[in-house]
Amino acid sequence: MDWIEFPSLSRGTLRDLRISIDGSFREFTRAYGETLERMFEPLEDFLVFLEGLLIGSPWPIVLAVLVGIVFLMSRDLKVTIGSLIALALIGVFGMWEDTMRTIAMVATCTLMAVILGIPIGILMARSDRVQGVVNPILDLMQTMPSFVYLIPVVMIFGLGKVPGVIAVVVYAIPPMIRLTNLGIRLVDSDVLEAADAFGSNARQKLTNVQLPLALPTIMAGINQCIMMSLAMVVIASMIGVKGLGQPVLNAINNQYFTMGVMNGLAIVAIAIIFDRATQAYGKRLQKHSEVIHG
Amino acid sequence: MAEAKHGIEIRNLYKIFGPNGKEMVQKVKDGMSKAELNEKFNHVLGLNDINISMPAGRIQVVMGLSGSGKSTLIRHINRLIDPTAGEVMYGTDDVCKMSKNELREFRRHKTAMVFQKFALLPHRTVMKNAVYGLEIQGVPEKEAKERASRWITRVGLDGFEDHYPNQLSGGMQQRVGLARALTNDADILLMDEAFSALDPLIRMDMQSVLLDLQEELHKTIVFITHDLDEALRLGDRIAILRDGAVIQQGTGQEIVLRPADEYISDFVREVNRGRVIKVDTVMDKSKSLEGGLTIPSGIMLEEAAKKFADTGQSEASVVNGTGAPLGVLTVQDTITAMVTPSTH
Repeated sequence: MDWIEFPSLSRGTLRDLRISIDGSFREFTRAYGETLERMFEPLEDFLVFLEGLLIGSPWPIVLAVLVGIVFLMSRDLKVTIGSLIALALIGVFGMWEDTMRTIAMVATCTLMAVILGIPIGILMARSDRVQGVVNPILDLMQTMPSFVYLIPVVMIFGLGKVPGVIAVVVYAIPPMIRLTNLGIRLVDSDVLEAADAFGSNARQKLTNVQLPLALPTIMAGINQCIMMSLAMVVIASMIGVKGLGQPVLNAINNQYFTMGVMNGLAIVAIAIIFDRATQAYGKRLQKHSEVIHG
Repeated sequence: MAEAKHGIEIRNLYKIFGPNGKEMVQKVKDGMSKAELNEKFNHVLGLNDINISMPAGRIQVVMGLSGSGKSTLIRHINRLIDPTAGEVMYGTDDVCKMSKNELREFRRHKTAMVFQKFALLPHRTVMKNAVYGLEIQGVPEKEAKERASRWITRVGLDGFEDHYPNQLSGGMQQRVGLARALTNDADILLMDEAFSALDPLIRMDMQSVLLDLQEELHKTIVFITHDLDEALRLGDRIAILRDGAVIQQGTGQEIVLRPADEYISDFVREVNRGRVIKVDTVMDKSKSLEGGLTIPSGIMLEEAAKKFADTGQSEASVVNGTGAPLGVLTVQDTITAMVTPSTH
């Protein structure tokens, strides 16, 4: 036997394998593609609506609302003024519309990730078996190069917003799920025992004890989720998602240095705004843990 | 105010930790020791044939050192831990046989628990912690708050309703724990080393709070402690646990005067006997005294000694509630009883 070359399958077998898998997947997309697309229509409608709202409304109102949200979450004047300046600069440099598209995209993706991620995280925290199944899937989602799962998504949905959202959510949801799971698992067992001793049922335990005490960790998950969605914006632009990613992609292809830097900085700016606002909000949720008495 | 109607009857209770606990019960019944069970079968004997009759409306103390199984035992009363074998009777109901729903109702309405590490909900204010039990029962918020504020006042936390637990000292946190348990207005109050985490002075303070409350409430209180002084101060009855088995139970006086074995007599040697032994135990019932100092029956020797010291008398007659003489107590007998350690 030859010990130098690894005994791989023959080239012919591999080719047949590829052809048969690709073929059956193509058939699957032909058969169910439209149904799947229809299932995701509400999602697309929501995204289009949000985008239209942000772009179609007069800019002073949008600016005021965005800065207002930042203030309500952070209750911090420095963060609020910083956000105002950053958004104003973005507008001045002509990136307002793209930025609004990106914000709509990130907001939709984060919302999806929260809606899907928190229940999955709760299930994971409840059962070691679920955790055992979900964990490797999350590992896969986090390490698989995103271009790889873009292929089947594009094959089913074509280019556009929906495949973009799916790709971003796949990439951004793992920290949401993991941190929800972790937060619930870290809840002090003494407090849980007390809840049991007073006769709480499972739902009461979840809403009165586990979720509130896990909330700071869950907030960190949401924060991570937003950051990762923003990081995916450029890659998502490759499958037709409009926003700040597209000019960056354009800049890469054509070596437009200034254009790349400007749009890149706009992404950084909204990332920082989102991050500071959510973190400050998370911190405010923990106000009760301030120790005044020794 | 709900006064306790039923005591708690614990019968032949076994708890063996391990995958085949049920099969191990027979081996323990046949006399296998805790060490042997652990070595040969890798099962841990938690509780070994516990039989305690806890009287209604009284304080039953369960005392033992760490690892004796006392915390395991108290968790069987509201079944936070499932027994391997045996019964925990409350009236005619066996807690161990209750369905999930029955158990939840039992926990909501019949028991309340105070924990060593307080186990308060850190994200809720004092008031919101106190109403927790009622909130779970579905009591309307307004009524729950009214009931809770009464107990918050009673444990001395007036004005702290809107504080978070972390903003309070340990003693005050445990007062919240106590208010939360009392607000539930349950028959049974389970206190798992409730004062063990507190400073000695604050602990004494909390013991007084508990005794004062019990004077008006008459709940069935199960109090776990590792501190003999605390056990003797609080307990109407005391059970001493070692290696998962009860080695002696009775009143504090019985345990101090007649320790069942070497282990307990080691324990009680350092006890202030003047605070445990009643005058009735020491008095001479055959004698009677004309006039002179009178001492009410049932007080402790220390208080009697104080009376002797205050009045300069050397003899007194012990009288019952109606003033009838029961016997004679002398200074000599009092002092002798207070300083003689038990010889065992």
